[in-house]
Amino acid sequence: MIHLTINGKVKEFDVATLYVSDLVERLELTGKRLAIECNGEIVTRSAFAQTLLNDGDKLEIVGAVGGG
Amino acid sequence: MTDTLNIAGKSYQSRLLVGTGKYKDFTETRAAIDASGAEIVTVAIRRTNIGQNAGEPSLLDFLPPEEFTYLPNTAGCYTADDAVRTLRLARELLDGHKLVKLEVLGDPKTLYPNMIETLQAAETLVKDGFDVMVYCSDDPIIAKRLEEIGCCAVMPLASLIGSGMGILNPWNLQIIIENAKIPVLVDAGVGTASDAAIAMELGCDGVLMNTAIAAARDPIRMAGAMKKAIEAGRDAYLAGRMPKKLYSAAPSSPTTGMIE
Repeated sequence: MIHLTINGKVKEFDVATLYVSDLVERLELTGKRLAIECNGEIVTRSAFAQTLLNDGDKLEIVGAVGGG
Repeated sequence: MTDTLNIAGKSYQSRLLVGTGKYKDFTETRAAIDASGAEIVTVAIRRTNIGQNAGEPSLLDFLPPEEFTYLPNTAGCYTADDAVRTLRLARELLDGHKLVKLEVLGDPKTLYPNMIETLQAAETLVKDGFDVMVYCSDDPIIAKRLEEIGCCAVMPLASLIGSGMGILNPWNLQIIIENAKIPVLVDAGVGTASDAAIAMELGCDGVLMNTAIAAARDPIRMAGAMKKAIEAGRDAYLAGRMPKKLYSAAPSSPTTGMIE
């Protein structure tokens, strides 16, 4: 079981290993324009498939919205 | 010679930069931006909704990157660290995009900028390769310091964000403009078209606004009014206004040839 804090909310994933690319797919965010920070460090899009997530990781997943 | 706004090595025809917040929907956002003629549009960076409305359209679908230059902002950030983190995420989000709007707020009530944190964030961002357009107080010393740090434009407030109070201190803006070797844009406080025209007549290189358009009764019409005001103000500045005199005793019609 892997517990992640994603955008401030704890989520459980019943898997032994989880890559960032798997997470994006599970969250139905595939193909969306987004940026991901894991424990304060940016995970570049090209590194999604190689970046393994660990129990307790804190993620921020952001997009662009209207603003001034 | 064409009169263009030049920022970080790129020229723009329009001197009006607009925000994309506070509109009814994305269709209205797009229509207002089209009416404004703006080429640079600000966007905010926020947490994505997880597990909700997966197919929902996004702002960027309505404002494709081939048509607009995005200016990701740090609205809502109160520390240099948060602002830097936000813009690093923006750079990743927008495929290495370097042009950003830095703003670090000091107080949730007035939204007045915190210039101590802003200076710190500006230094970090410039070192990190960003082209930083920076929202600031209308303090000429701070504006100069931001230029020395390497910001590509300074953007002093006309009055507080969202206040629509217009230009409260034209004299400070004039000093900032006179001293600056980088573009000076008024950001925040513009309420209506005449405010934008005055900013341009003072010699500002451009104006950034959001609420003045979005909160107008007819945002699309106001966007058009702002476009004209910016152009008129710029032309008036370039044309050079007549000097002000209390009276002149020089009427516009001939003083000779009067009937007797």
